[in-house]
Amino acid sequence: MAKVQLSLGEKTFIIHGVQDGLRTDGRSCDAFRPMELECGVVSNTSGSSRLRLSNTEILVGVKAEMGKPRPTRPNEGYLEFFIDLSANASPEFEGRGGEELATEIANTLTLTYDLKNVLDYQALCVLPQQCCWVVYVDVVVLECGGNLFDAIGIAVKAALYNTRIPKVKVQVDSEGQEEIEVSDDPHDVVLLDTCNMPVLVTVSKIGQQHVVDATLEEEACCLACIVMAVNAKGALVGMEKKGSSSLTMDSIQDMITTGKKVGMNLNSNLSSVLQEIGRDASSSGFLS
Amino acid sequence: MATYIRPARKRKCSKTIQEPKRLVTPGDVITSDTDFMRGHGTYMEEDKLHASVAGVVETVNKLICVKPLKTRYNGEVGDVVIGRITEVGQKRWKVDTNSRLNSALMLSAVNLPGGELRRRSAEDELLMREYLAEGDLISAEVQSVFSDGALSIHTRSLKYGKLGQGVLVTVSPSLIKRRKTHFHNLTCGASIILGNNGYVWISPMAGAEEEEGGGFIQNLEPVLLSDREVMTRLKNCIVGLAEYRMMLYDTSILYTYEASLKYTLEELLKPELMEEVVEDTRRRLEQET
Repeated sequence: MAKVQLSLGEKTFIIHGVQDGLRTDGRSCDAFRPMELECGVVSNTSGSSRLRLSNTEILVGVKAEMGKPRPTRPNEGYLEFFIDLSANASPEFEGRGGEELATEIANTLTLTYDLKNVLDYQALCVLPQQCCWVVYVDVVVLECGGNLFDAIGIAVKAALYNTRIPKVKVQVDSEGQEEIEVSDDPHDVVLLDTCNMPVLVTVSKIGQQHVVDATLEEEACCLACIVMAVNAKGALVGMEKKGSSSLTMDSIQDMITTGKKVGMNLNSNLSSVLQEIGRDASSSGFLS
Repeated sequence: MATYIRPARKRKCSKTIQEPKRLVTPGDVITSDTDFMRGHGTYMEEDKLHASVAGVVETVNKLICVKPLKTRYNGEVGDVVIGRITEVGQKRWKVDTNSRLNSALMLSAVNLPGGELRRRSAEDELLMREYLAEGDLISAEVQSVFSDGALSIHTRSLKYGKLGQGVLVTVSPSLIKRRKTHFHNLTCGASIILGNNGYVWISPMAGAEEEEGGGFIQNLEPVLLSDREVMTRLKNCIVGLAEYRMMLYDTSILYTYEASLKYTLEELLKPELMEEVVEDTRRRLEQET
């Protein structure tokens, strides 16, 4: 992850602050920084979103294309994730510098979205074994201010909410050949059900305590963290540990409890904001 | 409030904020009058003076400059800066001061522990990392500017030196107002150093022996919660001021701090409330001038 160097004094100050329950930006240990969300920012995609979490800025574009189903799941469509850590976010990402982290994030997303009840994958299938919708989710990290996983998780969910996939009709002609007809009416679309989609919550261990939504400075003080996928019901659907240090059973339990609580809150807040923005939001463009 | 998300279109554009009078973008024609002298941030083309950076036009008699809103730090001799050590070399430290090139802090430009005055020997060179290691923060003064724009800095005064516990806030260097002093012990109970390079250091009020120690004594005792609250509030105020492009100096910071007191630290995180606080400060500052 993009690292900042800190002096001993700064680290001590941050660690003691977390112990006192008051972080350097005035938050408590289980609070997120305020976020700003926008949907429909890129006009030539099926769905898009932009999320700003303090200094972290994420742009997500979703494109649905026709493809062949995977041989292991012949009657299901699938999602494909790609993360681009732009060199704008941190000079470290220049060239191939960000590739490792990008694959790591993409793998986490693939694993969390790969569960059966997350999305009705069968609805994405057009013709079993022959044709299905492949939903490409492309994420660009424009600025990196810590907590990439969570920000990307939220932005991806928002972009999928905003996604509109054209309706298709399959007709069988006189020779028994199947013909696919894609509707070109922009209002004749299928929308994805995002109810069961999880968000990612990273809980970082700093000193003896744990915090959510760590800033870049806090990440520099943290030795181990857990990335959790939490759905709207507060159920844990995926978990991954990052970092070099070890965690005790007790602290993992505590971190999971925090993660679930925050994840549930995040999910409900996100869905109410998404409803407010609406499905077919087209914004004035994020540059304005 | 564990999480807070707002739709971007809820962000209102402040009508009360007036646009600065001469705001230009690169390529804008400033004047076609040839009587003026060309300053920083401008270029001549077809007998017209154009801006080469985005910023505010400033005229001093016949000299026209454009002061960029967002920039790297251009050092001037005598400026107070905050820097972070990036490299320990032979006889010198390389320091990041938010300028285009790393600055150099010579071994001969620091105070030795105990204030000894003598020539620096080979042993001193070996002990350099003991004093300042990579990642450490220092306050210093610009000693000279090299022809390529790189800075040479010094800490040969007891008010400069290594910094202890506290928080660093980074803002644009053009937002720091030049004043007689950049070290302030604010009445609210914290001290700040407003580095001319846009780095602002907030620390708990220092004891007398620490202040005069030149950074050789590091106090790593936990900071009191009450002090910490003051410091976090100050940090949020400075970040807020910088976000709404207000000049930073002791009065503006103190006024923002006072205006923010009606909200708790948690409430202050909301951008709408912060905007209100900054707006209050702006009004109060305007009233006084």
